[in-house]
Amino acid sequence: METKEHKFHQETGFPWKHVIGLLLSLVLTAIAFWLALATHQPPAVVITIIVVLGFGQLLVQLYMFMHFTESDDRAWQVPTIYFALFIAFTVVGGSIWIMSFRSIVS
Amino acid sequence: MSNAHTAVHGDHHPVDPSIPVEYHEEENSLRIAGFWVFLGSDLVLFSCLFATYVVMHGRVAGGPTSQQLFDVTGFTIETIALLFSSFTCGLATYEMRRGNRNAMVTWLFITVALGLVFLGFEIDEFVHNVSIGATMQRSGFLSAFFTLVGTHGCHVTMGTLWMLSVIIQLIRYGITPITARKAFIVSIYWHFLDAVWIFIFTVVYLTGKVV
Repeated sequence: METKEHKFHQETGFPWKHVIGLLLSLVLTAIAFWLALATHQPPAVVITIIVVLGFGQLLVQLYMFMHFTESDDRAWQVPTIYFALFIAFTVVGGSIWIMSFRSIVS
Repeated sequence: MSNAHTAVHGDHHPVDPSIPVEYHEEENSLRIAGFWVFLGSDLVLFSCLFATYVVMHGRVAGGPTSQQLFDVTGFTIETIALLFSSFTCGLATYEMRRGNRNAMVTWLFITVALGLVFLGFEIDEFVHNVSIGATMQRSGFLSAFFTLVGTHGCHVTMGTLWMLSVIIQLIRYGITPITARKAFIVSIYWHFLDAVWIFIFTVVYLTGKVV
């Protein structure tokens, strides 16, 4: 019988992973707030950067807090979530693209 | 199958100490995997609401714009509350795996309290908006705004009630494979809601202040 691979984070000692996750999310949030509210860069530049920072925050949640890669067999949630993100990107990105085309035409 | 089932139930010590308690039965692994599939579908649901909001953002129909409407102090406090609640919720899972029921329940209570702080500020914002005439039916922008932010707020409301029910079960039954699985699932749900909020404060609030 094949042995299953176990990939679990052992919870020993101080919860460094969680503290680092919190600090990362606070720093990314602070940068986004500062860029949007305290600087006067072109809106397109600010929005692009803060959306990228948002994806960084999503990765922090997934990998530092949500035990994303853990499983007692195979981590099926990883392809599931990335597929859902692909659909989300298609829906949102596609909508922005289509509507920007409409504003060019009109 | 039934032998393995009773063996796990009857034994209070972990079968394999490298496997966390919430994975101690095959059904638990399946339920956790199934919940990840739900999170994937919920992510797609929110992406549709985000797409609608992005398209509708400029359609204010002569009503209030996002720059006039959004209150920086309010959404900053909401953001900080939810970020810290995600951290305390993670610590609850951490203590669960170490077998500290009391510490785990304490962190879950703090998480619920921070969730209520978030909800309080959001409800206050909605009531204020409605009181100055910025209602859901005022413009396309406000329809999309209340639908997106309200759907997230509805998720957080359900999350706090769900987490309270898990806390009651933890107090009554302690950390068993079943209560641990329930606590683990509600915790990944909570982290997911924080991730959705990150995109709401980015795409709705901060972007709404920029353009």
